[in-house]
Amino acid sequence: MGPTSPSRAIDAPSFSTSRFRAEREADWIAFDLLLTKLEKKGAAALSSDELLQLPLLYRATLSSLSIARATSLDKALLGHLEALSIRGYFLVYGVRESRLDRLRRFFLYDWPAAVRSVWKETIVIALVILLGALTSYSLVASNPEWYFNFVPEGLSGGRDPRATAEFLQSTLGHGKAAAGDEKSGMHVFATYLFTHNSRVSILSFALGFAFGVPTLMLEYYQGIGIGAMMAVFAGKGLGLDFGGWLFIHGTTELFAAALSGAAGLRIGTAVVFPGARGRLQAAADAGRTAGKVMVGVILMLFVAGLLEGFGRTMITDTALRYAIGSLMLLLWIAYYYMPRRKDVT
Amino acid sequence: MSAAADAKQRAAEAKRIRQFITPEGIDLELKIASSGLRMGALMIDLIAMTLVLIILSLLAIWLSPAVRPDVMIIVWMLGAFLLRTFWFIGFELGSRAATPGKRMMGIRVVARDGGRLTADAVVARNLIRELELFLPLMMLGMGAVENMVSAWTAIAGLIWSLTLSLFLLFNRDRMRMGDLIAGTWVVMAQRVKLDADIATTDERPGEIRFAEAELAVYGIFELQELERVLRSNDPRAMREVADAIRGKIGRPIAEEDDLFLLSYYRQLKARLERKLLFGKRREDKYASD
Repeated sequence: MGPTSPSRAIDAPSFSTSRFRAEREADWIAFDLLLTKLEKKGAAALSSDELLQLPLLYRATLSSLSIARATSLDKALLGHLEALSIRGYFLVYGVRESRLDRLRRFFLYDWPAAVRSVWKETIVIALVILLGALTSYSLVASNPEWYFNFVPEGLSGGRDPRATAEFLQSTLGHGKAAAGDEKSGMHVFATYLFTHNSRVSILSFALGFAFGVPTLMLEYYQGIGIGAMMAVFAGKGLGLDFGGWLFIHGTTELFAAALSGAAGLRIGTAVVFPGARGRLQAAADAGRTAGKVMVGVILMLFVAGLLEGFGRTMITDTALRYAIGSLMLLLWIAYYYMPRRKDVT
Repeated sequence: MSAAADAKQRAAEAKRIRQFITPEGIDLELKIASSGLRMGALMIDLIAMTLVLIILSLLAIWLSPAVRPDVMIIVWMLGAFLLRTFWFIGFELGSRAATPGKRMMGIRVVARDGGRLTADAVVARNLIRELELFLPLMMLGMGAVENMVSAWTAIAGLIWSLTLSLFLLFNRDRMRMGDLIAGTWVVMAQRVKLDADIATTDERPGEIRFAEAELAVYGIFELQELERVLRSNDPRAMREVADAIRGKIGRPIAEEDDLFLLSYYRQLKARLERKLLFGKRREDKYASD
């Protein structure tokens, strides 16, 4: 009770947590400052001296954390050291290359490699889209009433079996009528198509984990829309022109759609047949490949949107449309499937 | 608080901790972020994105005074899509691996296997968000607007899509569907300021000395609660705690609360840390001394 407590002699041990803290605190503060600088300005802003200091201070902090956990009961101190170590760990081990290098590697190797690795799924999805197109084409060709079951009123914009051949021609950008009218709405329509198509693609990827079934359905449905339209135009003798109208951006867009479906299917099959890995691990592995494919898909859809919004309104010659469409297709195929010397999967 | 409630609280805390060993062999003990924090972060991000869109449209009006309605439609449609898709991806690719909302909540994304967070993982986890956020809305919209499906189909669709959206409530690691696919976790990454050391060993004038028996009643949990009260510096809480301790050790009220508590804290800490050095860790007052 009084000042003559029996524990007086051992009250001042040679090791005390306060002394420990006083000795090491400067390192922690220096590490904290260095991390803040690194977070704000990036590794390029650090001098070579500071870069050499970084791992030393990191290890000093981690060792302090170990000692503090074993000896100290100061919760504020423990919390600070833990947070600092976590922050330090992810900065020291997290970033190994600059964003520019990452971007370069993505375009040169990662993206085509990811697309190449889902080639089987891509073929399956392409066949599914084709099957959808054939189904609706044959149905609408035999009975035009089917059309209204396949294409929603809002998307068709008057392009249905009741329309005249002249009107249909004008929607392809050939005739004189209605062309001036449509110009102002064209950008809106193109934007709508880009965002709509991107969303459908993202959905068909994201739904992949449900064993790939919704993905297949979505892709089939995409094919159905195309086949139905095709049947309407072909019925009025405009099949070739419609083909050109579709081809100029369609090769890029449908390729992107097939790839997004392939990405979804990859995840679906990984979940169903994980092989020797755990199901979670298999899903995560497939997800990473599919993620790379999806970045590419969005870029492709953007290109498709540009071709659709601008290329198609400016170029009205059917042969030229076919040429551009084929050229784009060849470009994509060459970019993805040409063998590379240095390959990172 | 009763012993059972204490134990329960600590068990819940311990459940959120995941082993995460650095190459140096130290366990960082990452804590999984709670679903509430995740929700809060999402809300902040959505609000921020809406604000950006509003600013963009104001900019569009300012740049072209004779604004055409189709320009606005493009700004909103394209802007909303690009923001929605790249806001999360862009921010999570940064060195802090967190959107502004996540930063405010003090959480971040990490790779589950302890490796670095790759760009494809970030992309995969965020594209799945499209599904989780907008599928339930789409299902609702489909049922309400198009009249294509019966109410029951719409409800079934909604429930199905909600189980996807609320997936993180149904697993221990609070993984979204996207986290599952990308192999990521969202963990606590708060910054903790280094608070002053309130237990420096040098003697203060007027410090109260406590006997061994008076210090022997509490363990580490109580010590750290006492530390929290001392750091928060709230006189009412300090009075309550001081009274509880006085009652426990049978000491008449004689000193100022802060001086009493600080002295008690210092000596209890010194005592428990000394025991810790000898390998005895007394978790709380219920454990044997």
